[in-house]
Amino acid sequence: MLNIALPKGRLGERVCRMFEAAGYPCPGVLEDQRRLVFENPAAGVRYFWVKPSDVPIYVERGAADLGVAGKDVLLEAEPDLYELLDLELGRCRMAVAAPLGYRDDGDRTLRVATKYPRIADRYYAGKGREIDIIRLNGSIELAPLLGLSDVIVDIVETGTTLKENDLAVLEEVFPVSARLVANKASTKFKTAEIEQAAERMKGQIGR
Amino acid sequence: MTDQGLLKSEERAVYALRRLYRHYGYLPYRMSKFEEYELYVQNKDFLISDRVIPFTDTNGRLMALKPDVTLSIVKNGEDRTGCKQKLSYNENVYRVDRKSGQYRELMQAGLECIGDLDGYDLFEAVSLAAKSLALLSPDYVLELSHLGLLNAFLEEAAGDETLRRRLAALVAGKNLHDLRRLCRASGVSAEAEERLCALAGLSGSPAEVLPRLRALCTGAAEAEALGELEALWNLLAGEEGAEKIRLDLSLVSDMNYYNGLVFKGFLKGVYESVLSGGQYDKLLQKLGRSSRAVGFAIYLDLLEGLERRPRELDADVLLLYSPGADPAAVAAQVRRLTEAGKSVSAQKAVPPRFRYGELIRLEEASPC
Repeated sequence: MLNIALPKGRLGERVCRMFEAAGYPCPGVLEDQRRLVFENPAAGVRYFWVKPSDVPIYVERGAADLGVAGKDVLLEAEPDLYELLDLELGRCRMAVAAPLGYRDDGDRTLRVATKYPRIADRYYAGKGREIDIIRLNGSIELAPLLGLSDVIVDIVETGTTLKENDLAVLEEVFPVSARLVANKASTKFKTAEIEQAAERMKGQIGR
Repeated sequence: MTDQGLLKSEERAVYALRRLYRHYGYLPYRMSKFEEYELYVQNKDFLISDRVIPFTDTNGRLMALKPDVTLSIVKNGEDRTGCKQKLSYNENVYRVDRKSGQYRELMQAGLECIGDLDGYDLFEAVSLAAKSLALLSPDYVLELSHLGLLNAFLEEAAGDETLRRRLAALVAGKNLHDLRRLCRASGVSAEAEERLCALAGLSGSPAEVLPRLRALCTGAAEAEALGELEALWNLLAGEEGAEKIRLDLSLVSDMNYYNGLVFKGFLKGVYESVLSGGQYDKLLQKLGRSSRAVGFAIYLDLLEGLERRPRELDADVLLLYSPGADPAAVAAQVRRLTEAGKSVSAQKAVPPRFRYGELIRLEEASPC
């Protein structure tokens, strides 16, 4: 039996359909909003819905053998696991954004609002830029509008939210997409099952 | 309650491992929990945990709680041709958890073989690692690799150390998609990219993997590392439990610390590797010694993962006595029951959530 952690939300639903098409269906998994665990013994899978940022924790700690997480979540958590596939779903980018017309003069500590403090820290450390990280949990776009921060580091999908708030992308940090990840120890004991699941999922990419 | 039942899995393991290591001439080594902070400052590249817990002792010296055992063992000792120092240990180490940032006390057991090493010593270390795992659980996997191979492939791919480290991290995560992207973005040749990806994807039984690895290896440094792996497998293949040994070339371990052979052990039911080891000749060189070294550590705390069953009973018998009871009568009843092989908790009232097999009231108990 493979335990698979799925990220709650739109991406998780698309991934779930992908697993279904790859031969791992599970009745009810997309319909029932309240249940958290779904099992299909015939297909050898047990799915559970978790908060997207918790997927790496479930997988790293072995509660799930496999999971699907965005590259943003993985780079922030830096879990010790195998990243088996880029599922090429949920594409967006991690970017630095600021109010239209903003220019970093470089003579002051840059105030950065973000949900991703480690990513922001690594990015600016790589550039040798002194920053002050302001960790927020949502509505990051508000921070520069109210003068709480100079810039934000956040994921940008279409850019509509930025545009509506008179913000623009300054720099792209890295592209983001959903990744299939596996627990390292599980891979040693469920080798064939995990390899087969990864191979079948590979066949579904881009379909 | 049996004696075995009283021992936790990590306590049983300590005894079993100590016996195993003594059989092979590894002498127990006992050390202080403290070490001079300076030792870790000078050798921070060789620390598994990059943060140590410092404190000032009564003489004003800056000390540290030991984050690692190996450094303390290898800083002493002498190098003699043909001789090897074989030591085993069971110690607590103190580290800062990478994720939570909290201090943690970890129980480690392991062994070190330091001196004029040869192929036999490498085989003995790996064989004892496998035997150690077998003592802990019948469902184990011991994974091997050789950093000489990865280093040779990385040097071919990139001249820049930072890039090599980034490539190595992707190999360790079996992340072939990002490995290819990074190779392309960094100007790594198509041939080096293919070889690196092929290496990262190689895992399985040594009998299957070694021929595929031989086809990949072209340079002299690679051939030497491959030769060591092949020689090792020739010795291991005849051992009991050889089917539980795998080669996985994505096994990177800490490249500052280890060189050459590296290995990790996994137990079914434990979410991360419980055993980690390899050759660490560079540390000896740094300390000005000519010896080579191989060793491994077992993280005994992780064995708790094997035993997640709740305790069935807190005591076989709950002996209840009234506040005015004669202590001698209580003592006599407890003696009678314990001598009959039962565990007893003598109480004046039933403690909340207490689980017992039988309740005996002192007043109703048969006189001794």
